[in-house]
Amino acid sequence: MAGKNEAGSSARPGRRRALQSLAAGACLIVVRPAAATPERLAAALRETFGDRQIKRGKVKLELPRLAESGNVVPVTVTVDSAMTERDNVKSVHLFAERNNLPRILEVQLGPYNGKAVVSSRVRLAITQQVLAVAVLSDDTLWSAAAEIEVTVSSCG
Amino acid sequence: MMSRMGKARVRVPERATRGEIVEIRTMVDHPHESGFRHDDMGRPIPRHIVESFTCSYNGREIFRARLHPAVSTNPYFMFYAVATESGELVFTWTDDQGGAATQIARITVTD
Repeated sequence: MAGKNEAGSSARPGRRRALQSLAAGACLIVVRPAAATPERLAAALRETFGDRQIKRGKVKLELPRLAESGNVVPVTVTVDSAMTERDNVKSVHLFAERNNLPRILEVQLGPYNGKAVVSSRVRLAITQQVLAVAVLSDDTLWSAAAEIEVTVSSCG
Repeated sequence: MMSRMGKARVRVPERATRGEIVEIRTMVDHPHESGFRHDDMGRPIPRHIVESFTCSYNGREIFRARLHPAVSTNPYFMFYAVATESGELVFTWTDDQGGAATQIARITVTD
């Protein structure tokens, strides 16, 4: 599940321009004591979901196992859901354990999406774990995590 | 009002059969500057990000994203929608400096 390579559809002009513009400026990485970083993720999870239990399962998180640049990392989240009126995914939340800010993005979905699949491109500051959490229509929370090694860091 | 919010591109199938799940791809030209970078002189580059992206299908919101600085420059999204009827998909991006962009795509749905 974790680490499935989904490099795929990347050769877009916009992306190339994005890489060029990012290369122009230097980046400041705020290095904090290692123990402090997962605490920020824990705080963000608590702030978003309170004390609700987050189970592992039902969510598939695809991102490259190794990213040469952390600036444009393709990510796809797939949630195992029928996406019917009664049984669907309400939202998907993406977190980066060791970015300056752990929150990456949140999307709201519903039965009108047909499939609970979302792709985007994200910045990952350093080698770390990425976490996807899905909130289902029965208000249960499901998740998946994946490790990614980042060779050249970004400024997320 | 289009402060540095550039061209928006969307890819939606022109035709679909009723009930078909169609793929939607979107991208907007935007620096989506995280606020964590410094220029060559060491000065901080201020944050300038797209905060929200929405897609409505014949007036009903079917996708909403809230973006944080860790989304890449030129924010890209791929998601799906059930083709229920012919009509319009309206895509809207808004950033944290009052910038906004809108793009419209039409879809013809047949039985």
